[in-house]
Amino acid sequence: MKSKNLSIFTNGLLKENPTLRLVLGTCPTLAITTAAINGIGMGLAATLVLICSNVAIAALRNVIPDKVRIPAFITIIAGFVSVVQMLVKAFTPSLDAALGIYLPLIVVNCIILGRAEAFASKNPILPSLLDGLGMGLGFTAVITVMGAIRELLGAGTVFALPVTSKFISPMIVFLLPPGGFFVFGILVAVSNAIAKKQGKKPVERLGCENCPSKGICASVQTASGEVTDDE
Amino acid sequence: MSKLTAVCLIMLAGVLTNNMVLSKFLGICPFLGVSKKLNTAFSMSVAVTLVMVAATAVTHPIYHYLLYPDYTYLETVVFILVIAALVQLIEMVLKKFIKPVYNALGIYLPLITTNCAVLGITMLNIQNERGFLSSLVSAFAAGIGFMLAMVLFAGVRQKLDDADVPEFLKGLPITLIAAALVSLAFLGFAGIGG
Repeated sequence: MKSKNLSIFTNGLLKENPTLRLVLGTCPTLAITTAAINGIGMGLAATLVLICSNVAIAALRNVIPDKVRIPAFITIIAGFVSVVQMLVKAFTPSLDAALGIYLPLIVVNCIILGRAEAFASKNPILPSLLDGLGMGLGFTAVITVMGAIRELLGAGTVFALPVTSKFISPMIVFLLPPGGFFVFGILVAVSNAIAKKQGKKPVERLGCENCPSKGICASVQTASGEVTDDE
Repeated sequence: MSKLTAVCLIMLAGVLTNNMVLSKFLGICPFLGVSKKLNTAFSMSVAVTLVMVAATAVTHPIYHYLLYPDYTYLETVVFILVIAALVQLIEMVLKKFIKPVYNALGIYLPLITTNCAVLGITMLNIQNERGFLSSLVSAFAAGIGFMLAMVLFAGVRQKLDDADVPEFLKGLPITLIAAALVSLAFLGFAGIGG
């Protein structure tokens, strides 16, 4: 039992890392990673919401009727996001300013709804908690690394400590939107290469299999004949 | 400043300078997921524009007459629920009364509920303290900006299909790098319209 719980926890950290392997939650990943500290802040805020919502949904999983489960999940998540939003506003106003609108937008972060749908609605409380913790920390780790890379290249600092800013003039474009897409593209490529070495399938496209709106999206793609070249 | 100039400036900022997808990173999922074919990209963006304007028209009065000033902390919860209900309502109304529009856009509507661009634009309008009309204009501009990004990128992706891509970058990475280049082009608009 212990080892099973441990594997649920490490599953989110490495094997099914939500950002690099499942490719969920791309919006905050691209938007707020202009500094490593933002990555930590956003990651921990999302982790807290993810743990709370996973636990609440796991506890209520037998009560929520199947037909209205998505609106119910969204309401639960929105409640916890509001709590986190108020905590961040009260205790770390500078982080609130840095994350801006992306903090309340954790509500539509598909990692959280995705885990509610894929894991918490089918599992008891303890595994759901561990899944939330693992997924949240996996997300935090990746966006912090990405924030550090963009900060290093774009401003010459890491965690606001000068590294190369003294002798190399920074490439500001890495702090701008194109840098976000570019760095994320390279990170996915690296993670794909590592996955390939371990004999796993590389991520070819956005994380549709793990997205909560997969069914609807698939019907859109079939209707328009888009799926012809996939799989 | 005349009304017309103000409207033009909001449009310009929403479509080019502060493009929803390419500079604010809202709506990345449909941008990368549903942008493979030109006509799909176009219909999806029309649906998004419709919902954005409708959502702003509903959430703006709710915020200013019901939530402000005592219950502003409920913004997140109320907005997401209102948007979810609104999308359902639009779907039903279209299905009942405007069948051709429903046939063209209906399948995209449920996807839009969890689209961060819609929630994002309603919140940005509140945050920027815009009036009712300028909120509507900015929501419309954001929708058009979303459309521009989707359609442009659909074109880029169709070319990408025939490109000789290094093995290392095949699949999602090269799509993201292509998006970086499109976004780089939009940087050129920085400063226009404020």
